[in-house]
Amino acid sequence: MYTAPFEYRRADTVEQAIGWLANDPENSKVLAGGHSLLPLMKLVLAQPQVLIDIGRITALKGIRIEGDDVQIGAFTTYREIVESPEVNEFCPLLAQAAQTVGDVQVRNRGTIGGSLCHADPQADMPAAVLALDAELLIEGPSGQRTQSIDGFFLAPFITSLAPGEILTAVKIPKLPAGAHTTYLKRPHPASGYPLVGVGIWLTVHDQVIDNGHIGITGIADLPFRARHLEDFLKGRLLDAATIAQAGPLAADDANLDDDPYKKNLLQVYVTRALSQFGESFAAKGLNGKS
Amino acid sequence: MASQRIPVTLTINGQKIVRDIEPRTLLVHFLRDELNLTGTHVGCDTSQCGACTILLDNQAVKSCTVLAIQADGSEIVTVEGLEQEQLHPIQEAFREKHGLQCGFCTPGAMMLGAYLLNHNGPLTEETIREQLDGLLCRCTGYENIVRSIQRANEIMNERQNAQQAARATGVG
Repeated sequence: MYTAPFEYRRADTVEQAIGWLANDPENSKVLAGGHSLLPLMKLVLAQPQVLIDIGRITALKGIRIEGDDVQIGAFTTYREIVESPEVNEFCPLLAQAAQTVGDVQVRNRGTIGGSLCHADPQADMPAAVLALDAELLIEGPSGQRTQSIDGFFLAPFITSLAPGEILTAVKIPKLPAGAHTTYLKRPHPASGYPLVGVGIWLTVHDQVIDNGHIGITGIADLPFRARHLEDFLKGRLLDAATIAQAGPLAADDANLDDDPYKKNLLQVYVTRALSQFGESFAAKGLNGKS
Repeated sequence: MASQRIPVTLTINGQKIVRDIEPRTLLVHFLRDELNLTGTHVGCDTSQCGACTILLDNQAVKSCTVLAIQADGSEIVTVEGLEQEQLHPIQEAFREKHGLQCGFCTPGAMMLGAYLLNHNGPLTEETIREQLDGLLCRCTGYENIVRSIQRANEIMNERQNAQQAARATGVG
């Protein structure tokens, strides 16, 4: 299967890519790993006239610690995230989500920047990146800016990137020491995309939840932070009673009232995800309720 | 625009290849149609089935979802390049354990298997099954594919041990 013809340009620097992109943003597309864009182009659902390949820009690659953040280049593959010692030490939730994307071959090629900019509402990464409070480093014709991940997704497949702008890196604050994390998803049986994906980190002291964030993907028009649920959990005992009350609150930040199946599915997966923490604490003898 | 042709240089199965190609040429079409390396199969052509799996700079990737021009300067191994002096352990094992039925997905299965032998630490049956997520066998012949990859792992270890033993005794 061939895509429609296009002009190919390989950028050596971010500036060069921005220059080309700003030249004709309507008809140009940025090519990273290509695992969202190329399938669309093969089905002629996308027909860019110019493809700007950013795969050779070394500044966009790699994972490093920057003060209190883990900084991940936009052109970093899922596999690199899964295998990264920095990610696994300071924000393991990101690796847990990346591990569930696609399959081995897809994870070898697909990139975090590509996933976020493609903004598929059924992608895995947004749940983790939202829960982790990521900041996006963006460069464009008018310079550099940062953008919180919360507010980046405007609509399915639409982000707050302005014409000519490129995502260059994802900055993730290190989680508090001892934070517990999980990403739990219900994959669509054929596509593997999440029908629902729940990314959670929690800090717990003496069985009481100190703090925690929850990102949810797949189930609503946009991935979202379950803030009502987060507020509810803070200061409560992490026990069966809390978890039983928590599930129904997850839907409060998404408009799922007309879809009882999705509402129920979300509740089930939030309950299961939180129960995993209960189990891990029980195993360590921390949960008095067990 | 349609007439843009770009030079691409690839090392494929150890051989350097230089060609001018249309940018939209997918790697799998480059291999099959330009180079006649038809061992790599196109199954779904929508990034699902894994029949087109090859090694791109030692990473298993689906060659139907990579532009040949993206791979410029890279080293590629296709199923035709597995055999070196003797059968690759994965080939030996697929033969021994009858790891194929109709054979259509086999090039992808063997390339994914060859990748797993080198990249995933201890290969338990569970990890093999997990990692085979990216391969569809429409014969549903997964049992023997799993056994073949397990056997390939053994063959690889046997060969390494034999080499070490030969070196230790100064033979060979």
